[in-house]
Amino acid sequence: MVPVSYYLALSGVLFGLGMIAFVFKRNIISIFMAIELMLNAVNLAFVAFSRALGQLQGQVFVFFVIVVAAAEAAVGLAIILVVARNRQTLNVERVDSLKH
Amino acid sequence: MTLQLFLFFIFAAVAVAGAVSLILQRHPIHSALSLIVVMVALGGLYLLLGAEFIAAVQIIVYGGAIMVLFVFVIMLLNAREEERTDFSRMARWAGLPLAGVFLVEVAYGLARAGSRFPPAANAPFSTRELAGLLFRDYVFPFELTSFLILIAVLGAMVLARRDESE
Repeated sequence: MVPVSYYLALSGVLFGLGMIAFVFKRNIISIFMAIELMLNAVNLAFVAFSRALGQLQGQVFVFFVIVVAAAEAAVGLAIILVVARNRQTLNVERVDSLKH
Repeated sequence: MTLQLFLFFIFAAVAVAGAVSLILQRHPIHSALSLIVVMVALGGLYLLLGAEFIAAVQIIVYGGAIMVLFVFVIMLLNAREEERTDFSRMARWAGLPLAGVFLVEVAYGLARAGSRFPPAANAPFSTRELAGLLFRDYVFPFELTSFLILIAVLGAMVLARRDESE
């Protein structure tokens, strides 16, 4: 029997790794993938709590998180396409026309 | 060591290895493939937790639709390897250790909170009950998400369309 805290620790580790990737990567698509990794870490925490409490609400929320992440991925990748088309680069450090 | 614990450690190790590989790889396509590995490992973890429907949805939707979308966009945009620029000194000596500290702190805090729960009941989850929840108690958010997907599809089509210059 695996204690729930093991799953939660793994969720925290994955979230931290996603955050590190979000901050240190320069390619805009890699940054977006780090966001998806963080969402997955939260999903794991939800399902672990669902098992710990014996309730199904956690899994209902995971369902909604997955659906919203899919919609966000579609729109976000469309935005990335437009930005790449206009700036000819995928490097976030070069997309700085709003910078002072 | 029970079989469950053994399987948990295998899936957890694969997930963490995939996440670390996502950070360390320079070409975004390798990061995408590492993320697919993480998602499949998480699907296995959901099966261990007894959430069969969520495990299937994770593999089909996340691994089979969202990540395929990522791979197609990477191919479409002809993404290259990231250039080799060294971290600034601040990032290397302060940023990375602090990020590691944050990671350990979050994991430790979550694990300590989790240990306060009574030992989990092993009653199996039923997909029928989950469907009852989705379509009775949570039917309003459910219909809203279908509307949200429609808007997302329309938005993506409008955004990515090339202008026909007259």
